[in-house]
Amino acid sequence: MTETNAVATAGAGSGGDADVLLQVENLVKYFPVSSRGLFQEKLYVHAVEGVSLSVRRGQTFGIVGETGSGKSTLARCVARLYDITSGRVIFDGQDITKLSQRRMRPLRREIQMIFQDPIGSLNPRRRVGSIIGDPFAIHGTASGAERKRRVQELMERVGLNPEHYNRFPAEFSGGQRQRIGVARALAFQPKLIICDEPVSALDVSIQAQVINLLADLQSEFGLTYIFIAHDLSVVRHVSNTVGVMYLGKLTEVAPSEELFTVPRHPYTGALLSAVPVPDPDQSDERQQIILVGDVPSPILPPSGCRFHPRCPKAAPVCVSTDPPLEPRLGDGPQHTAACHLPMAAGENLGDFHPSIDETERIIETPSILLDGDEDGGVPGATSVGGSLSQSGEGSQS
Amino acid sequence: MSMVPDITATEASASGAAVVSEVSAAKKIEGRSPWRLAYERLRSDRAAKIAFGTIVVVILLALFAPVIAALIGHGPNQQFIDIGENANGGPVPPGGTFWFGTDSSGRDLFIRTLYGARVSLVVGVLATGISVALGVVFGLAAGYIGGIVDSLIARMIDVMLSVPFLLIGISIAYIVGASEWLVIVIVGVLSFTALGRIVRGQVISLKQKEYIEAARALGAGPWRIMFVDLLPNVMAQVIVYASLLIPLAIVTEAAFSFLGVGVPPPTADWGAMISDAAGYYQYGYWWYLFFPSLALLITTLAFNIFGDSVRDALDPRGGGLYV
Repeated sequence: MTETNAVATAGAGSGGDADVLLQVENLVKYFPVSSRGLFQEKLYVHAVEGVSLSVRRGQTFGIVGETGSGKSTLARCVARLYDITSGRVIFDGQDITKLSQRRMRPLRREIQMIFQDPIGSLNPRRRVGSIIGDPFAIHGTASGAERKRRVQELMERVGLNPEHYNRFPAEFSGGQRQRIGVARALAFQPKLIICDEPVSALDVSIQAQVINLLADLQSEFGLTYIFIAHDLSVVRHVSNTVGVMYLGKLTEVAPSEELFTVPRHPYTGALLSAVPVPDPDQSDERQQIILVGDVPSPILPPSGCRFHPRCPKAAPVCVSTDPPLEPRLGDGPQHTAACHLPMAAGENLGDFHPSIDETERIIETPSILLDGDEDGGVPGATSVGGSLSQSGEGSQS
Repeated sequence: MSMVPDITATEASASGAAVVSEVSAAKKIEGRSPWRLAYERLRSDRAAKIAFGTIVVVILLALFAPVIAALIGHGPNQQFIDIGENANGGPVPPGGTFWFGTDSSGRDLFIRTLYGARVSLVVGVLATGISVALGVVFGLAAGYIGGIVDSLIARMIDVMLSVPFLLIGISIAYIVGASEWLVIVIVGVLSFTALGRIVRGQVISLKQKEYIEAARALGAGPWRIMFVDLLPNVMAQVIVYASLLIPLAIVTEAAFSFLGVGVPPPTADWGAMISDAAGYYQYGYWWYLFFPSLALLITTLAFNIFGDSVRDALDPRGGGLYV
């Protein structure tokens, strides 16, 4: 894997679009389920299965999805915190899929992450100054008084008091801690910042402050964001393009406003109908689409379209064939949906009934999963336990 | 937006109580580290203070043993055949000349007990140092790297735990010959296993934390993550265990000497003194057994109580977590 090689293939793959900062092609990430015994078949959590997307410079790509949909795994694969099972990640014209951790190091300056947990993402035993100064220490770019000066600049830039340099993370509020995380990510003015649910753990009033800070920084430094959230309103507010994930796959990708006004995938439609509306009259008039059942196990995901067991429009073709992600119903190339029976504008999902066999709608729990305990810290599989305990019927071998 | 720091600043100073308000503005922004909080808890613990005071006294007595010996005029290995032995050649009881009496060879038991503290402390501290260093390195490597490294280290620890500690020590001492350094190395190497397991378990749970992922995302290598990010977070457990390991090492050293494979004579050593005294006790020479045993008891008890207090101070939720 020489560098020139990587650049050449990347150029061919992305069609040479210099405006695309990040290109993800067919990314797959499986996690082995912790061993269930010597002679049993090895199982995998299909955390991310064949995701392709491209992020343009200076823009924000939002990713929404339920817990366990694989959005955080996708983010960590892009940041190369996880090794990638298959597929390609091309960053700034360079294929970084197979780079070793050592070769990855210089690129770390250009891809940064902001984490969800403002408590867990800061080392409780280290002072804030040394946490924010970490990037300089690791890459050996500044030390001593110079490092302190630059750390204090960063603190000031993200709205922290630079005099709090010597404090510990525990002495800050949630919003301030998230600012510390932002300052750390900002140290080298990276090209891409992956925000993994950066505001999910914060109060609503603080969310707005942090989002505005991120927006200010984007316009000031020309940053590109991948913004992961499960809050649709937040994603709509910050994103240029939004991708919806379900069970490790992208079900719909569209420019932000278009996705929220004309959703094509029934899953997107159901998600949007669940967004709370502040006006009670409007809220009463609106029909909510309640999805039945839990998210199926990502260890043995459903055939065809992964949403079919819960989809009100499900038809036999949905069970047999996995729909490709492509423009539907005359949409432009920017709006793609993975659905055989996309929703027309103004269509009400409540009017539909699935035309598939009832057995296809039962989320089966294979018996081989019931005896084992797979809470071995498998990321992206947090909902597995819940769905197993609730639908304890059916068997498959 | 600028309101947020102000609000928390007032909150912090309110909760920081009177301590903060009295110090200067420069000091004010310096936070109280978890270590400082533990230290303050330790300072308010009476048992800890008494134990610490005892340890300090033992250390001072050990340090100034030659000075005290010179003042009294009795060397540690000096035999007083004329006044230090009774008519039968046995030890003389405590008195004005010999405060603790004499031993079976007519030597001053007080001076020898003081010199015994030197051996015990040196062995205790150095063996614990070896043990901590090995435990931290193997524990960090096993926990953080995982995989085959973890398996190898875990098996090695299993093997070391499955063979009897004393038997191994005695065998090695017979082969290479007993010496103070040998005892230090044997006790240090053989007692790192438990600490290694504690560190490994902690690291395995800590490495799932987002701040470790954050460090990796910044490009930190495994060495940096292990020693800069992980080590400070396991230090509390390491210190607790080390403080309880010191008395264990002292007792183990005494046991080795008692069995005749520890510090070779004529060096004054509590274990060897107790071993020798056991043969005279039945003839009524109680002081020969009593004083070295008392010294050993007080020293190990003080270290143990202090270790317990350190554990409590570092863990505000109470005991039972680390043992």
